[in-house]
Amino acid sequence: MESSLAGLAHGFQVALDWHNLIWCFVGVFVGNMVGVLPGMGVLSTISILLPLTFSMQPVAALLMLSGIYYGAQYGGAICSILLNLPCHPPHAVTCLDGYPMTKSGRGGVALGITMLAAVIGAAFGIMQMMVLAPYIASIAFKFGPPEICALMLLGLLAGSTLAKGSPIKGVSMTLLGILLSLVGTDINTGNERFTFGILEMSDGLELVAVSLGLFGIAEFLKSMNGLVPNARTDMQLGFRDLRPSRRDLRQGIPPILRGTVVGSLCSLIPGTGPTIASFIAYALEKKISRHPERFGHGAIEGVASPEASTHSAVQGDFIPTMSLGIPGDAVMALLLGALMIHGIQPGPRLIVEQPDIFWGLIASFWIGNIILVVLNVPMIGIWVKLLQVPYRFLYPTALFFVCIGVYATRNEMFDVGAVLLFGGFGYLLLKLGFEPAPILLGFVLGPRLEENFRRSLLLSRGSLETFIDRPIAAVFVGISVLLVAAQIVAALRRSRAPIRIPEEAFD
Amino acid sequence: MSLFDKHREHLAGLLVGGIGAFAVLEGQSYGIGTLTAMGSGFFPVALGAGMIALGILMAAVPAAPAAHLPGHGPSRLDWRGGLSIAAAVVLFILLANRAGLAPAIFACVFTAALGTRQTTLREAALLALGVTVFGVLLFAYGLKVPFPIIAGVYA
Repeated sequence: MESSLAGLAHGFQVALDWHNLIWCFVGVFVGNMVGVLPGMGVLSTISILLPLTFSMQPVAALLMLSGIYYGAQYGGAICSILLNLPCHPPHAVTCLDGYPMTKSGRGGVALGITMLAAVIGAAFGIMQMMVLAPYIASIAFKFGPPEICALMLLGLLAGSTLAKGSPIKGVSMTLLGILLSLVGTDINTGNERFTFGILEMSDGLELVAVSLGLFGIAEFLKSMNGLVPNARTDMQLGFRDLRPSRRDLRQGIPPILRGTVVGSLCSLIPGTGPTIASFIAYALEKKISRHPERFGHGAIEGVASPEASTHSAVQGDFIPTMSLGIPGDAVMALLLGALMIHGIQPGPRLIVEQPDIFWGLIASFWIGNIILVVLNVPMIGIWVKLLQVPYRFLYPTALFFVCIGVYATRNEMFDVGAVLLFGGFGYLLLKLGFEPAPILLGFVLGPRLEENFRRSLLLSRGSLETFIDRPIAAVFVGISVLLVAAQIVAALRRSRAPIRIPEEAFD
Repeated sequence: MSLFDKHREHLAGLLVGGIGAFAVLEGQSYGIGTLTAMGSGFFPVALGAGMIALGILMAAVPAAPAAHLPGHGPSRLDWRGGLSIAAAVVLFILLANRAGLAPAIFACVFTAALGTRQTTLREAALLALGVTVFGVLLFAYGLKVPFPIIAGVYA
């Protein structure tokens, strides 16, 4: 604990450096804006801005890119509550009670309680990270190649089966991602793989090209003629409208605390990110309520609890990424990829070897969340105006940023063509009911997985038993097997019983 | 329900299985090696085999209703949108080096904007003009991307 406080003090020195502070502000501001603009996603925004960070210091780059992620959560709630548009998956469930509150003239209060939930949830999530991440890293320090390999297997399986969509499709996308990561020169043998003699491919595929294709261009194609035209809101919201009454607070604070706990627990299980956390929190609130019939008609608990859980899960999401180097979802995979592009090796050593990055990031979370509250509470009127920007003007602009961004990664026109191909492929995947997010998980972890797998078997002289003989590895393998078994049982049950999650929850 | 929708899971399985089969065939030529000393082909072949198995599973097992996520269907392809985006990117690739950054941005944004019927020609032109001015200021002057602004006229 004491070392955590010392680390935090160091982190604040890093994060308060004016250069880092500005980039943290830029990150949360852009994030908030992206959250508000209907149709824009966090993944595509981070991918678009990724090339711009190559010339920055690694710390500043990470603070900014992370800021986009948690900043978007503030904006996403506005979109859900005022327009009933579930643009950001974690906030889809907030629509259910947030929008009825808006219709009955209590939209301001809903936003006010959301801000409170955000601050409490985020604060808890950050504290959890401060305590747990160094602890987890200190355990993982002793892991050898077989343990790392087994842990990656678990992380990849969880990431691809627990998220939305069919688990079979999720796993196949992860495998595809690993396969894509193998393109280029094999570092162990010097052989070229899947390059087809194309010179530009011998260094492998660019992370930016893959993610901008799959999440940028494919998203545009999906939404440009598919998104509902902007709903109108002529609401004039000011600072005062956000203030919840004493009664609202009494009703809202216990759900906020419960939601926070749900979110922080969810963030510890790889693969269950903020979206699942918010659904569980909502379901829990409805279950324990004495008046469950109020839900769906503007119950303040139905806003407070899922929002708190989203924010605590978003901050907790960083724990496995920073302490083990294993991302739980596509956003984290992208951030990890950004670190690797800056030459920083992720893994348990990161916290000790790069204290600037880890503690600077945590300090920037505190600062960023405060900036976000300041940005949102007094300036709510401006964000409400931004809700009106139609998507049909946004996507052509974003497309240009995609083109120039991917070009600037290494001044190679080839990559712009690759982005178009990946975009078309991503669109096909969406049409066939695939969720492309696990591709990114596989793509980022693939090379490390192969390397550790090779090393494990080299050390064990070709015996696969090394993954079962070593107790820690065996535990990870065991959990992976359980996970797959649970999915099979769930699939068998589902074929009999209808599903419960409301469909509009997804996108 | 269109033919595409009806056979969606089969097509999905075919795609995954096909990619897997390709990985196995291509990977074999890199040398599989042994478990102790793996060749470059080991991982591609293993992944490919896994994908073939999953592809068969996908086509054989009827998808659970949860797998039919809204937002992925109806499966009508958006030709207008798709062509406009593809043309916009291709125009950018062709124009940026030869004609310069400004024409490339204008063509890219203008073409992309026409991908939806709601946008009029006038709106598309205005949007493209605005983004061009902004883009040139940011990328040519701010970030110094190595393109001429207008080739032959203004570098």
